[in-house]
Amino acid sequence: MSVALLIVAVTLAAPSPPEPPPPEELNDPGHFADLADEETRAKALFGEVAKVLLHPRCANCHPATPRPLQLDARRPHIPWVVRGKDGEGAPGLTCDTCHGETNYLQQPGAPHWHLAPAEMAWVGKTPGEVCRQLKDPARNGGRTLEAVHQHLAEDPLVAYGWRAPAHLQPAPGSQERLAALFRAWIEAGAHCPQ
Amino acid sequence: MATTLYVNGAHHQVDADPETPLLWVLRDHLGLTGTKYGCGVAQCGACTVHVDGSPRRSCVTPLRRVEGAAVTTIEGAEGRIAEALRAAWIDLQVPQCGFCQAGQLMSAVALLKAVPKPDDADIDRGMNGNLCRCATYTRIRAAIHQAARAVK
Ligand code: FES
Ligand code: FES
Repeated sequence: MSVALLIVAVTLAAPSPPEPPPPEELNDPGHFADLADEETRAKALFGEVAKVLLHPRCANCHPATPRPLQLDARRPHIPWVVRGKDGEGAPGLTCDTCHGETNYLQQPGAPHWHLAPAEMAWVGKTPGEVCRQLKDPARNGGRTLEAVHQHLAEDPLVAYGWRAPAHLQPAPGSQERLAALFRAWIEAGAHCPQ
Repeated sequence: MATTLYVNGAHHQVDADPETPLLWVLRDHLGLTGTKYGCGVAQCGACTVHVDGSPRRSCVTPLRRVEGAAVTTIEGAEGRIAEALRAAWIDLQVPQCGFCQAGQLMSAVALLKAVPKPDDADIDRGMNGNLCRCATYTRIRAAIHQAARAVK
């Protein structure tokens, strides 16, 4: 078989990516307004925030090991890439070798595509654990809660969570709703669930 | 629509859709067939080129993204590191079928530019995205070490 025919045969045989599940719901802050007790309300609000943070579009690049995860199935990233210095991958195989500033075909992309540092790992954590981590400057990049809010509300790499290629499930809700929930959580005292 | 490209030190006018993969433009429009198509989905590394000195998989790089940038393909790889790698590749007879080797070399150049004396772990991490169906991996590793020693 010629190389061209082989390529055509392989291409035809390749399964098209499965349809992702429909986007998950994300309640707005008003949904929690009936919870009169501030601490109870804050904990419930963070539980909603965590639906986004622990979704594969976000958590895949906050991995517990040096290797990110990928796809909705959260499988280890292929090829085997590592966080490297500054989260930008190993020399010779930095993230931008394959991920550009925008999606292209099925290839995910966003400005400054990189991994979160090890101290910001979320994979395998509960919402309460992620909450305490986010409040701890030693594990949140030295940020105030306002700065974390700004990252969630404005960072184009966070925005990618809702702009993934069509074969990937977007993060729940929207970036605006995530920012509103996080704001409401701060205003309710920033209490963390168990 | 014409796009101006700067490839291997020369300007080219390319009449192609800006969404065309750079790999197609290099091979079909410019005749630079050293860069290979292995998978088309950033899984094999055969299509690796440099854009402004950094490695890029040209199969997942749209033409629009490289307008105004300096693209280097295997045909244009030059300098002390590329030459040391080429010499080591020949000395150790690294290629088997050769299909993956242009991509291997472009990644190896990028690795040695960033890490002049890589250890085995550096090589594994930097070269992991370049597959070789002929499994020349041990010769690739030996040739990178040999080239690293040769670059003064
Ligand atoms: S052809 Fe581009 S990575 Fe395989
Ligand atoms: S030498 Fe044959 S694929 Fe690498």
